Amino acid sequence: MLTETIICGFGGQGVLFTGKLLAYAALYQGKELSWMPSYGPEMRGGTCNCSVCLSDEPIGSPLVNTPDVLIAMNEPSFDKFESTVKPGGIIFADSSIIGKKSVRDDVTCFYIPSTELAKENNLTGMANIIILGKVIRECSDRLLGINYDMIVSAFEKIIPPKKAALVEKNVNAFKIGYDYK
Amino acid sequence: MERVLMKGNEALAEAAIRAGCKCFFAYPITPQTEVAAYLAKNMKKRDITFLQAESEIAAVNMVLGASSAGVRTMTSSSSPGISLKSEGVSYLAGSDLPAVIVNVQRGGPGLGSIQPSQSDYWQATKALGHGDFQLIVFAPASVQETVDMTLRAFEEADRYRMPVMILTDGFLGQMMEPVSFSDETPVIEEKEWAANGHKNGRKHNIINSLFLQPDELEYSVNERYKRYDIIKEKIHEAEVYKCDDAEIVLAAYGTTARVAKSAVNQARELGIKAGLFRPKTLWPFPAAELKEACKNAKTVLSVEMSQGQMVEDLRLALDCRIPVEFYGRHGGNIPSPDEVLEQIKKISERSL
Amino acid sequence: MAVVFDKPHSLCDVPTHYCPGCTHGIIHRLVCEVMDELNIEGDAVCVFPVGCSVLAYNYFECDVVGAPHGRAPAVATGVKRAKPDSVVFTYQGDGDLAAIGTCETVHAAARGENITVIFVNNTIYGMTGGQMAPTTIPGQVTQTTPYGREPEIQGYPVRVCEMLSTLDGTALAQRVSVDSPAHIREAKKAIKKGFENQINKKGFSIIEVLSTCPTNWGMTPADALERLRTEMIPYFPLGVYKDEAVWNKEEKAD
Repeated sequence: MLTETIICGFGGQGVLFTGKLLAYAALYQGKELSWMPSYGPEMRGGTCNCSVCLSDEPIGSPLVNTPDVLIAMNEPSFDKFESTVKPGGIIFADSSIIGKKSVRDDVTCFYIPSTELAKENNLTGMANIIILGKVIRECSDRLLGINYDMIVSAFEKIIPPKKAALVEKNVNAFKIGYDYK
Repeated sequence: MERVLMKGNEALAEAAIRAGCKCFFAYPITPQTEVAAYLAKNMKKRDITFLQAESEIAAVNMVLGASSAGVRTMTSSSSPGISLKSEGVSYLAGSDLPAVIVNVQRGGPGLGSIQPSQSDYWQATKALGHGDFQLIVFAPASVQETVDMTLRAFEEADRYRMPVMILTDGFLGQMMEPVSFSDETPVIEEKEWAANGHKNGRKHNIINSLFLQPDELEYSVNERYKRYDIIKEKIHEAEVYKCDDAEIVLAAYGTTARVAKSAVNQARELGIKAGLFRPKTLWPFPAAELKEACKNAKTVLSVEMSQGQMVEDLRLALDCRIPVEFYGRHGGNIPSPDEVLEQIKKISERSL
Repeated sequence: MAVVFDKPHSLCDVPTHYCPGCTHGIIHRLVCEVMDELNIEGDAVCVFPVGCSVLAYNYFECDVVGAPHGRAPAVATGVKRAKPDSVVFTYQGDGDLAAIGTCETVHAAARGENITVIFVNNTIYGMTGGQMAPTTIPGQVTQTTPYGREPEIQGYPVRVCEMLSTLDGTALAQRVSVDSPAHIREAKKAIKKGFENQINKKGFSIIEVLSTCPTNWGMTPADALERLRTEMIPYFPLGVYKDEAVWNKEEKAD
């Protein structure tokens, strides 16, 4: 199985890091994967995205044109990628920032006010991790079975020891999203 | 072996250190910057020299100096910077000096774009500088292959005393994939020809590309071409995928080969007999492998991120006996598997 | 019988290709005498340029590396960084060093690259037949300034030692001449200091040697030396423009 994900938003929202978390979680499960950032003269506050392919077999084209899963963290990115999602795909949107709903009736959508949840819980800047919690809750099966524990263990592995305090914060944020109904 | 997740550029830099590259010189340019950054970060703890040069021209000439002194050395850049390095590459070739040159291709001509491209195929394989000479050109298609080919590049450069290019692109450079590194330390032989001080123990070594007497220059170039003949016999590598019964053979290297492979798989699901020929070495070009891959082919389709460059080598290698068509996107665009599949379908329908 | 004068060991025993009256021969000899006296031939690597001294690999007994036009300081940087214990010097003319290689020269100096640069300034492109050089003096007739160099058209010459003396990385910038025995002795001292600086890891040293080109100046060797004295030295004053260790300051140069 091959699952293609696009994560998009403003630079500075942790879009690339969110993709890396998925990638590392898959790496530690022995899966095949690729992670590709958009790159260019993009500034903080500009749009930014990354593509993650997860598969049980070697990845052919790492280029994602039609994602199975879209995680949108701002409106310009939502507008850009909404129509590209495969029929039957899933869209996750940060409803604190994206004021609209998807016009598609052939995809499943989840709207999570992750930026507000982050603020309320004193986790400003971690809306990306909150939304990832919801993603893992709702479509672990689509993401090659990457589950709660695997993401938590990825935090522990990729956050350097001298920033260990961040692990707990990330896990908290992740749990808020995971438990969000 | 442990798998780690790394960007192509960083993995290349790590592979260079493990291959025994002692001196690295470069000038900043997108999208190869991570190579330099990684080496700069590691230079103290790994005992290598990293120096940011004042220009691409200076960087390649520092490589010329370090190579003359007998150490493994490398420079990396991206398309416009490689044009500037062409002078030094010609001198490296003319002086029979080993070196590894990395081109993380971006769009051109001119300043072009910073997005991935494959429009430097001709430059790499035909004429990266003035004079009669060749580079061995490796074209990786994954982060793992970038690593494996980096070690190969240093070894072949030393073996044949010539510059070797790793021709990658912005996509492969920026992408992260799982990769593992061999723990083996390469054996690097002492270079008896190096100009590093004769310690009053031998005649002076001369590193030079100047031969004012026509006969001498002709001789030296002929000798080099004899070496090229050996290289052509020994180094010609390709991946051949589902070509046994393929009537449509796609030909692509690097990033576009990944896209083409996905398109081949999709075509097979539709019952179209498609296959993929992926050269791993662009010079020498794996002509025999291509002919074998095309034994049942009615059409060859070259897929490139350019206006069509490798397509000419395909025609030459096939002696124009099989029609070779071309599909490309460029300017920083990457063809999608769907676009390539459309081309396959068109060819397939036409031949019905 | 005691030998009181001999060919330096590090100078190859071959006739040179230099024109009659050219002062390259003197400068080669001075470099080789210094190499002998410091006993560094076995550690030395000469980076030779493009220009009249492109054939210098035939004359220096030490290891030699040819650089593309102007790039000798970059090539020397590569050798030195790869083999820090070698003694690396470039031997460059004015077109090579001060026109096409200005960038490499300035940045090698700015880095305090621990190399020695022998800069032979004869105000003309000799090898290609006498065109205007970056050091051609205003009024000087060359193949490409047939009416004399006019600053309004061709601009002004570059004074290399003065320019490089402003850089923190320059340890020694000295201009000498080889027009008289006294000046030749002075030149040798400067060259020796340039090599000693490197051995003692003091930083970038450049010795600019004013030189003649009788052939392309269209003069007899004697007249050429006279021109050097009366026209070149006033425009390019001899002297030490900078003498200050960049690195390893505590240790005495001797």
